[in-house]
Amino acid sequence: MPLRARVADLRQTNLAARRLFIGRALVAALVVLLAFLGVTARMAYLQVLNHEHFSLLSDQNRVRLVPLPPTRGQIFDRKGVLLAGNLTSFHLDITPEQVGGHAAMDALLEDLRGLIELSDGEIARFKRLVRRSSRSIGVPLRFNLTEDEMARVAVNQFRLPGVDVRNDLTRVYPQGQHLAHVVGYVGRIDEAELARLDPADYSGSSHIGKIGVERSYEELLRGKVGWQQVETNAQGRVIRVLESTPPVAGRNIYLSIDSHVQRVAEQVLIDAGFLGAIVAIDPRNGEVIAMASNPGYDPNPFVNGIDAKSFKALNTSPDRPLFNRALRGMYPPGSTVKPFYGLAGVELKERERYSATFCPGYFQLPGQEHKFRDWRRGGHGRVDLDRAITESCDVYYYQLALDLGIERMHDFMSQFGFGRLTGIDLRGEKSGLMPSPAWKRRTYNQAWFPGDTISAGIGQGYVLTTPLQLANATAALAMGGKHFQPRVVHALEDQATRTTTVLQPQPLPPIPVVERRNWDAVVAFMTHVVHTERGTAFRAMGRGAQYRIAAKTGTAQVFTLGQNEKYDASRLKDELLDHALFIAFAPAEAPRIAIAVIAENGGHGGSVAAPLAKQVMDAYLEAYP
Amino acid sequence: MSTTPYHDARPLLDSAAPRLGLLARVHLDGPLILGLLAIAGAGQVVLYSATRQDLESVIRQGSRLGLGFAVMIALAQVPTQYLRRATPWIYLIGLLLLMAVLAFGDISMGAQRWLDLGFVRFQPSEIMKLGVPLMMAWHFADKPLPPRLGHLLVGALVAGVPFVLIAKQPDLGTALVILSAGLFALFLGGIAWRIIIGLGAIAAVAAPLFWEYGMREYQRQRVRTLFDPEADPLGAGYHIIQSKIAIGSGGIYGKGWLNGTQSHLEFLPESHTDFILGTLAEEFGLIGVCILLTLYFFVITRALWLASRAPDTFGRITGGTLALVFFFYAFVNTGMVSGILPVVGVPLPLVSYGGTSLVTIMAGFGILMGLHSHRPRT
Repeated sequence: MPLRARVADLRQTNLAARRLFIGRALVAALVVLLAFLGVTARMAYLQVLNHEHFSLLSDQNRVRLVPLPPTRGQIFDRKGVLLAGNLTSFHLDITPEQVGGHAAMDALLEDLRGLIELSDGEIARFKRLVRRSSRSIGVPLRFNLTEDEMARVAVNQFRLPGVDVRNDLTRVYPQGQHLAHVVGYVGRIDEAELARLDPADYSGSSHIGKIGVERSYEELLRGKVGWQQVETNAQGRVIRVLESTPPVAGRNIYLSIDSHVQRVAEQVLIDAGFLGAIVAIDPRNGEVIAMASNPGYDPNPFVNGIDAKSFKALNTSPDRPLFNRALRGMYPPGSTVKPFYGLAGVELKERERYSATFCPGYFQLPGQEHKFRDWRRGGHGRVDLDRAITESCDVYYYQLALDLGIERMHDFMSQFGFGRLTGIDLRGEKSGLMPSPAWKRRTYNQAWFPGDTISAGIGQGYVLTTPLQLANATAALAMGGKHFQPRVVHALEDQATRTTTVLQPQPLPPIPVVERRNWDAVVAFMTHVVHTERGTAFRAMGRGAQYRIAAKTGTAQVFTLGQNEKYDASRLKDELLDHALFIAFAPAEAPRIAIAVIAENGGHGGSVAAPLAKQVMDAYLEAYP
Repeated sequence: MSTTPYHDARPLLDSAAPRLGLLARVHLDGPLILGLLAIAGAGQVVLYSATRQDLESVIRQGSRLGLGFAVMIALAQVPTQYLRRATPWIYLIGLLLLMAVLAFGDISMGAQRWLDLGFVRFQPSEIMKLGVPLMMAWHFADKPLPPRLGHLLVGALVAGVPFVLIAKQPDLGTALVILSAGLFALFLGGIAWRIIIGLGAIAAVAAPLFWEYGMREYQRQRVRTLFDPEADPLGAGYHIIQSKIAIGSGGIYGKGWLNGTQSHLEFLPESHTDFILGTLAEEFGLIGVCILLTLYFFVITRALWLASRAPDTFGRITGGTLALVFFFYAFVNTGMVSGILPVVGVPLPLVSYGGTSLVTIMAGFGILMGLHSHRPRT
């Protein structure tokens, strides 16, 4: 084929091929166009039709609500001594996500062991927590780092991925045992509490008041949780704060109790070596001046969970240190009820103020052999109300009880709060017991016997009171029938505004007075207990008293003697010895303190309990002249 | 002149066009380069945001782009007949290297893709992204078009062997790019429509078999999560769900540059590599997406036009195939990010962070521009 023809042929072939290509390229371009239109349609579907839906999802992705726990209110004594505070403590956190796998974590823990003290228990607990929590959240490894340890961690931080030292506030009780029974403590929220409370209130906080003021003023101490709307990244790390409602710090609390007076009340019990309680109340407003229960305990270990061994030791100790005797201990009041019964006798017209009963040293119910003995075996002879209180004659009250009858005794004593809750601002108070026939039938399904009335007449038998009740009843007696709900909290302080609100006294319905002179007489006779030589407390506190005290001693039997047995202290085991009791108020003419003392198994109230009360009253009246 | 139906067709044996601009003299096409620059520029802007304003990454990517453009310009200077002569060798070396990878390749991310040559680690599959289009064109260049069945089968082998080798690594994304290159070449070569329809029917039958025996479990999982991403929201479906949230929350106008929360707060995985379109859609909205797609459409059609102007079949098929491979990248990526295609590792061309495929793509455009302007000497 000649060259020209070959070229022409080639050209022809090429033209045909090119035409073919252009056709195919046009189809391809069309496909490209359709494909891109399809993608555009998909984009429009996502970005226009479903824009709102995805915007919402996007916000949900990035925005989280983070609770801001409020600072718990502090607790002070009346004068501002810190009883419960918040301490910044440092703990070591590890964020597993930033560490890597198991091998890396083990290596890191080994590394940390060289820097800070770590027990096997802590590591085991940490590993348990790691398994249960999100990998992006810091898990605490060690609490309460020392400054040395913090420094060592900080220096090595660069080679410790995922390790953070974080701070938080830990509740501390700088006074330890002092006032522990009143202040109480906070602890980790438990399952039962979790079910009861609103989780929103406790977002971000792990502790709750368990007992004492910490418990009863929980709502005020806690404050109000704040919230932060934060933007977080996919790892949950906070990038920035969008919106924030600050937390409201809890109210600071000022107790009515003066730490100094309280310390005296605690110390006298410790020094005397008795288990027991002392409660002192300001009769003018019901404010508690001192509330001691011996022994006490250190509340600090309870805050972050006391270890099982220590708790068992505290809980099973025969001295029962966790038991607030002032609030929950129920004791037979013994002779301390005598002024009240004496007042009942004259107010209810069963006795004249100066009418006398003959005391031969024992009392017999008509037609019965059983002898109810007087504490003085030879008897007191002719006894009027004055001697009955001053010398604490039992027979006078045996006869009086019989004449009053248990119903009237019950009703009269109830007015003073016997057998009733005082309504103090602490949880767990016991009501004591002022028995009545109805009560006995209900409880034991037994009839009330006259002998029960006789025992009740000297504060024995079924009668039980708490030290708090006894003190508050004494306060009512001191105030001529006016009385108040006792309170341990004096004032609340708003941490933001620094304004203090003093709580108003909570009056109880006053006890009706039939004849003012009856009350005055009982008070006068109670001063005789202290200030006359025949008085049962004269030797213990009457000599050299700086002010006039109205008081009554009590010695309560813990067990019942056989009919002809003689009480012999030296032969009895300690825990069967009589309880020593004492009630008093002072100054007698214008009372500022009413007090009840119980020394368990202390023996005689006049010689044992009275001096303890005296020291507390001295301390208080000196501090608040 | 009357023999040609095309009014713009010039005599094929003319040595050169009468007026040559500066760019044409160095075998470059101005509009195509402008389109590429526009996409690359937009990509840099999005990348700056997607890397959380890491200028270092942007500069690194910028230098890769620079390298890409340099390679493009260099390859545009290679006369077509040299390229054509080298084609079988390029293909053969690529094939040998692919086998070498399977035999001694480094394992990275659970797949054998890299070959360590001592001084440089590289992916031989990148060579094949150019090798297959070239080899397909070389194969069809001296065959009568439309090709006969026997030629078609050889063509199918040219693309099929590297496809299988790469899919075995396993690198499904690249394997599909290679496969698509083969199919595009066959299509542009003029394969009869009835065969296309027939192949479509065979594919419909083969797909379930491929599903059962040809795919690894993770690949099947990717396809499954495509159709129901919510079924595995924290696992395989996470990418698609977060990407859809990123796109959808962008709306028409977007959240604004540097304001994308999905990408900045790391909810969107691979927000600067394979899923960078999610970042773009979130910050620039539907408008931004439309502009990008328009630029891609312009580049692809311009490339097809340039290919159609190539003087011979080898040039046309090479150029057209490279243009459509570029389309394949763009379409598969936008489709997977918006949740209409399975997640296969295909980058958004010229925009996604990463160097290897970028340089290959630019090399492709270099070849394409050279094909158009180098006239065969007769």
